[in-house]
Amino acid sequence: MKSMVSVRGLSIGYGKTTLLRDASFEVERGDIFVILGGSGCGKSTLLRHLIGLEAPISGEISIAGIGTPRLEGAAPRFGVMFQSGALFSSMTVGENVAFALQEWTHLPEEAVAAIVRAKLTLVGLSDAEGKLPAELSGGMRKRAAIARAMAFEPNLIFLDEPSAGLDPVSAAELDELILALNRNLGLTVVMVTHELESIFKVGKHCIMLDRDTRSIIARGDPQQLRKQSDDERVRRFFNRETSVPQWQ
Amino acid sequence: MVFDERLSLAAGMLQRFSWERAETSATNARIELGGRITIDDAAALWKRISETLSQVEGLQGVEVELSQVTLIDGACMALLVQFRTDLRERKVRCEFVAGSPEVRRIVDLYGGRGKIRHARAKRRPVSAIAQVGGATLNVLAEIEQGLDFLGRLVASTLDVLRHPKSLNLRDVGLTIERAGADAAPIVLLINFLIGFVMAYQSAGQLEQFGASIYVADLVGVSMTRELGPLMTAIVICGRSGAAFAAELGTMKVSEEVDALRTLGFLPLPFLVIPRMLGLVLLAPILVLMADAVGIVGGALVASLRLDITPTSFLIQLQSAVKTSDIVSGLIKGSVFCAAIALISCQQGLATTGGAEGVGRRTTSAVVTILFTLILLDALFTVVLGVFGL
Repeated sequence: MKSMVSVRGLSIGYGKTTLLRDASFEVERGDIFVILGGSGCGKSTLLRHLIGLEAPISGEISIAGIGTPRLEGAAPRFGVMFQSGALFSSMTVGENVAFALQEWTHLPEEAVAAIVRAKLTLVGLSDAEGKLPAELSGGMRKRAAIARAMAFEPNLIFLDEPSAGLDPVSAAELDELILALNRNLGLTVVMVTHELESIFKVGKHCIMLDRDTRSIIARGDPQQLRKQSDDERVRRFFNRETSVPQWQ
Repeated sequence: MVFDERLSLAAGMLQRFSWERAETSATNARIELGGRITIDDAAALWKRISETLSQVEGLQGVEVELSQVTLIDGACMALLVQFRTDLRERKVRCEFVAGSPEVRRIVDLYGGRGKIRHARAKRRPVSAIAQVGGATLNVLAEIEQGLDFLGRLVASTLDVLRHPKSLNLRDVGLTIERAGADAAPIVLLINFLIGFVMAYQSAGQLEQFGASIYVADLVGVSMTRELGPLMTAIVICGRSGAAFAAELGTMKVSEEVDALRTLGFLPLPFLVIPRMLGLVLLAPILVLMADAVGIVGGALVASLRLDITPTSFLIQLQSAVKTSDIVSGLIKGSVFCAAIALISCQQGLATTGGAEGVGRRTTSAVVTILFTLILLDALFTVVLGVFGL
């Protein structure tokens, strides 16, 4: 079966800085694929390249059914949730979800409203349709962003740091939502995170980026990597060990 | 703590801890610190440190003895660590010795064992030529970005003309309402006062030469050709230009612009063209209103100060102001408004770096717009002059 996302010999960076050199990986259909690594290693930048917001220095990114991701005036083919949610602050939650549907489909208003209600119920936000993003908590904002990303029934969704900055209960709820979408809809998920609990709970496959070597230093099942990796950097990451001596 | 005491502490005049220096040998000194040393005592501590640093000639080692210290906080410990770093840079050994377990914990936490380097980052001076060169490159980069934006905007406008349905009409309406209807009162008031002041200032001069009636020519031509469009554009720059830059800048830094792109919307046709179209459409209406109230302001002064009846003023105005004066003012106003939208949106979409970036770009947008308005005005004057208009 052809991969959902295929990356070949990718080098990315900004200005004169290279963040990742000659990286290759595949994301299979129905996978929950986690891109992880310490702060500043280029996880979020890699995600921006995968969704076509930035052009790579070299290499190739291919998404099944789309090819090279390009963001041009057309209906979205995959969903994206940004770290802060990035809901349009001047619109209500319902309007945020309906926004692209109204633009890219010829559905009557009632049909759009029905889809919006269904998507918000899916993410557990049926009561928040008329609220403005500023009136929502961090977790609710992220779930609303997932509802917006799901508006076009994509079979692939990209999530940037879904549980960052959330309380443990909201983070767990979001993990459950990701698992449910993956299990029940067969949605392929590519997510960037460094939250260990999230990685072990939802991640099926992962790649780990390293800032110093600017490369992928580990790939595979996160649970197995934690137990079996020979690489000290990988072991330290998965076991929350520090590389500096303790003072106290 | 009384105010005087706080003031003395802040100035380093009052010292509540003890600092005793003793020479243990010809080349070694010991500093015995004692008492409570907290952030309130930092100024006095820094003063003593500076004094000591100026008297280290010939010394090879300094011991800072902490056994009498009952309490020291992080800020004062940081000053002591800096003292040690400065001494070591001058090839003088320095150690913190003794101290209660509580004090030792603070010493260890702040790098007392010498694990953390506290050397000050040295800033290399930049020569005047390099500064001028750097600034020139920045300006050139800004111009390049502006031209790139203009080129992409022209291409997007052609796209929108080919597919008019893709235009975000909602934002056109919103812009006309916010920048037009909401701005009308302030535009009217300012232009009325401009007409009023201009007539008032010139009344005395014209009266001396028995040419009072020409106040109608002065106010009419100035308002329609020059001040109506310019003052209106300046108000729109302050209200809408700053608002566009801040709004788009905030959208950019909160990833809303990226989110728009992932939903299939391109920022230029979706965010910029509607705002530009909105401003260009409302410019002639606002400028006409500005001309009218400016002339009314002038007529009021003429009537009150120069005894010129409104009818005489109007008759004189008709012979003074030509249709071309009004039309050139309207064209000017539209071009000014297009420039305001273009620059403010370009600056907004170029925002990086959070709240500070939004503030910087908003300021930059307003300054660039004001400069561009004056430049365009000068260009218009020359070009229209060449065509005899």
